[in-house]
Amino acid sequence: MRRIGIDVGGTNTDAVLIEQGKVVRAVKAPTSEDVTSGILDSLQRLGATGLLKSGRIDGVMIGTTHFINAVVQRRHLTKVAALRLGMPASASLPPFCDWPEDLAQLVRGGVWMVEGGHEYDGRLFMPLDEAAVVRAAQEMRSAGLKSVAISSIFSPLDPSHEKRAAELVAGIVPEASITCSSDLGRIGLLERENAGLLNAALADLARDAITAFEQAIGDSGIAAPLFITQNDGTVAEAGQARRLPVYSFASGATNSMRGAAYLSGLSDAMVIDVGGTTTDVGQLRNGFPREANSVVKVGGVRTLFRMPDLLSIGLGGGSHVVLDPLAVGPLSVGYRLLKDGIAFGGSQLTTTDVAVASGVLDLGDRGKVAHLDGESCRKVFAEAARMVEEAIDRMKTEAGDVPLIAVGGGAFLIPDRVPGVSRVIHVEHGDCANAVGAAIAQVSGECDQIFKDMTRLDAIDAARTIANDRAVAAGADRKTLATIDSEDMPLAYLPGNSVRVRVRVVGDVAAG
Amino acid sequence: MSLRDITIDDIESLAVGAWILGTGGGGNPYLPLLNMRALYRDGHRVQLMDAADLGDEDRVGVVANMGAPLVGQERLTDSLTLARAVSLMEEHTGYRFAALMSMEIGGANGVRPLMAAAHLKRPIVDSDTMGRAYPEAQMTSAAVGGLTPWPLTAVDVRGLESVVGKVPTWRWAERVVRKICVEYGSVAATCQPPRTGAEVKQWGIHGTTTKAMAIGRAVREAQRRHDDPIAAILGIEPGKLLYKGKVVDVARRATEGFLRGVARLDGLDDWRDATMTINFQNEWIVAFIDGKPIAMSPDLICVLDSGSGEAVGSETIRYGQRVTVIALPPPAVFLSPSGLDHVGPRAFGYDLDFRSVFSS
Repeated sequence: MRRIGIDVGGTNTDAVLIEQGKVVRAVKAPTSEDVTSGILDSLQRLGATGLLKSGRIDGVMIGTTHFINAVVQRRHLTKVAALRLGMPASASLPPFCDWPEDLAQLVRGGVWMVEGGHEYDGRLFMPLDEAAVVRAAQEMRSAGLKSVAISSIFSPLDPSHEKRAAELVAGIVPEASITCSSDLGRIGLLERENAGLLNAALADLARDAITAFEQAIGDSGIAAPLFITQNDGTVAEAGQARRLPVYSFASGATNSMRGAAYLSGLSDAMVIDVGGTTTDVGQLRNGFPREANSVVKVGGVRTLFRMPDLLSIGLGGGSHVVLDPLAVGPLSVGYRLLKDGIAFGGSQLTTTDVAVASGVLDLGDRGKVAHLDGESCRKVFAEAARMVEEAIDRMKTEAGDVPLIAVGGGAFLIPDRVPGVSRVIHVEHGDCANAVGAAIAQVSGECDQIFKDMTRLDAIDAARTIANDRAVAAGADRKTLATIDSEDMPLAYLPGNSVRVRVRVVGDVAAG
Repeated sequence: MSLRDITIDDIESLAVGAWILGTGGGGNPYLPLLNMRALYRDGHRVQLMDAADLGDEDRVGVVANMGAPLVGQERLTDSLTLARAVSLMEEHTGYRFAALMSMEIGGANGVRPLMAAAHLKRPIVDSDTMGRAYPEAQMTSAAVGGLTPWPLTAVDVRGLESVVGKVPTWRWAERVVRKICVEYGSVAATCQPPRTGAEVKQWGIHGTTTKAMAIGRAVREAQRRHDDPIAAILGIEPGKLLYKGKVVDVARRATEGFLRGVARLDGLDDWRDATMTINFQNEWIVAFIDGKPIAMSPDLICVLDSGSGEAVGSETIRYGQRVTVIALPPPAVFLSPSGLDHVGPRAFGYDLDFRSVFSS
């Protein structure tokens, strides 16, 4: 098994080649404005020794913070037409009602609420008002809206109104990209609708980004399928990721934690990932990031996504340093470190300059930071250590000491001893842990269907068997399969004991 | 009569606290909170008063949504529909309500009366009839007190309006309105039997809106300070920590307008070798550790997110969640023999004698 993992971050594009479970080569290149050339650059560095010429590459796995950054930074978002089927209910809480106003202003292309939807027991709530859907679609066309999010009451139980409305809209706005909320899962109209709206807002960006990824891979001469990593540590083939980019929102953080687990061989540990601007602290359980329990907000929007439970603090290799009074971060020079840092001829004192002055790092020109005395450097490291200790203490759930894996380009800021931590582990290629996590991303299988005349437990077993078979068919090693999600919902309106079961399993990619 | 202004920040706290007092049911108050934010943005305001300030002959409208919490997450109740249930009751009885109050402080119904009050410009009484959430209409202090169980109104947004003119008992009220509610799609805006000021003073469970606000404020402040929000709750309420664990299975079945089932938890920390199961009928009713009942209604069993301290509902609890289970003391009215008949474990079909976690 040979796979390339790429992490396209805000500062660097990292790439690794993994062969038979070992990191063969890891490289870093600056992320480029156009994305494509940054990826191409890192692939060329990766293949500089001729590695990529010999033998087949089984897949290129790309993890990116593109989608989440677009929402957080309110950039590259598409105007969305929101179509909700469910009038006259819920009128006082229209689509976008709980969005931050600035984001709603950017994304809200128009809101249409028409009669339709189902009851919990499968009866119609109201017949679908097809004439109103057609009128809405005509207005969307006149307004030039090409990205449409459709939601309907109880669509996870009966998606037929959403699907029919999507057909009608496609008939009038043929070039529209349409997201149906039932494709994104769960009960909870507003949260499911929000996920659909965010997905629709990312339609153009997802298409452009994934096309750019494909072009970069093509230009580099690698003939391998492209996969995009998802929030849960698995991969989706490029076509699906293009259609449902919201599933790849938080993959950056997941990848670096999975990479840390892989490189250290530990499956239960704290992970601290120190980047250029921020440090993320999370916890590995059985090799996966512990998930946040509560409703997850993305850029201020409430969703039902499952996301790693992370604490981010403003500390990194590019953090601004002020000596008197002592302050580290949260401002950072970010990707301009190699220009603006004092050791590189710039004028902004950073944590990296301090590390160069004290001999921890061998970068830039040490002479340029010779004026920093040992005591000042010690104080800066002590302040960074204090920030790290506080973050770890907040994220730790066990009473006993646990190991801490330090990864990321700024891992030099992590002290050797931390209260509550049994040992601090630095790993080879730790600065590319996120790309490693992408390369080893798992394969999933899902089953979501209605079972009749079975007990609930038999139905769940049957669903799990189907999901397992699908994961194996997609390349997973059967011995490593684990259930990561299991949900069932009784369907009182259907004859017999009918239950809708959704099971999602994941497994490592089978060797060979 | 002294009226206190309720700020939108009070309502934010009320939403968090009412959800905790919901003991798993009653629905997440987030949606009524969103409605209140919109109403306050539009200039509406609501005021709070003490039951003691009601005149004995005043009439009070008791507001509640009925139905399965799950349905409430899909069919979002409009504020005008709730107000309509109240005005329909006024049309039927000829009363003009001096104030409105909550039937159940727990869950979304702890906030919903404010939605009607904002439109109808009436104050809210700082009392309710459950002190928590319960699945059935006869599980109230009004029923324990033997107050008149009629009339009732039930409204559906599609223009369905029902008046239940008379029923002989609270159980009949529950059965008849439940049928209406199920026909509507397991959600209905209702106005419960009106109360006189004297009845509210005698049988109301007092100070519960303020209590929910205080619990919510404690959690929100602890979150802001990054302190332990569960410790913050136990710091202001005489509660008891029962269990910490992780959800490993949730079995649900929707029957007769209720969500019934069992959640199973594996222990963490001090409970590593103990399994907790919690049986629910919308609300958490009985909690068992290794098969032995350790907490039961009317004690309040609150399942909280171990990180945020916010409540976890029976309709949203899911595999893998880390939760902390605490108990809060029940309203005194439910501890009498008649109170236990209405809301003790046998009222939910468990052959158990009530034993409070607070009695040992």
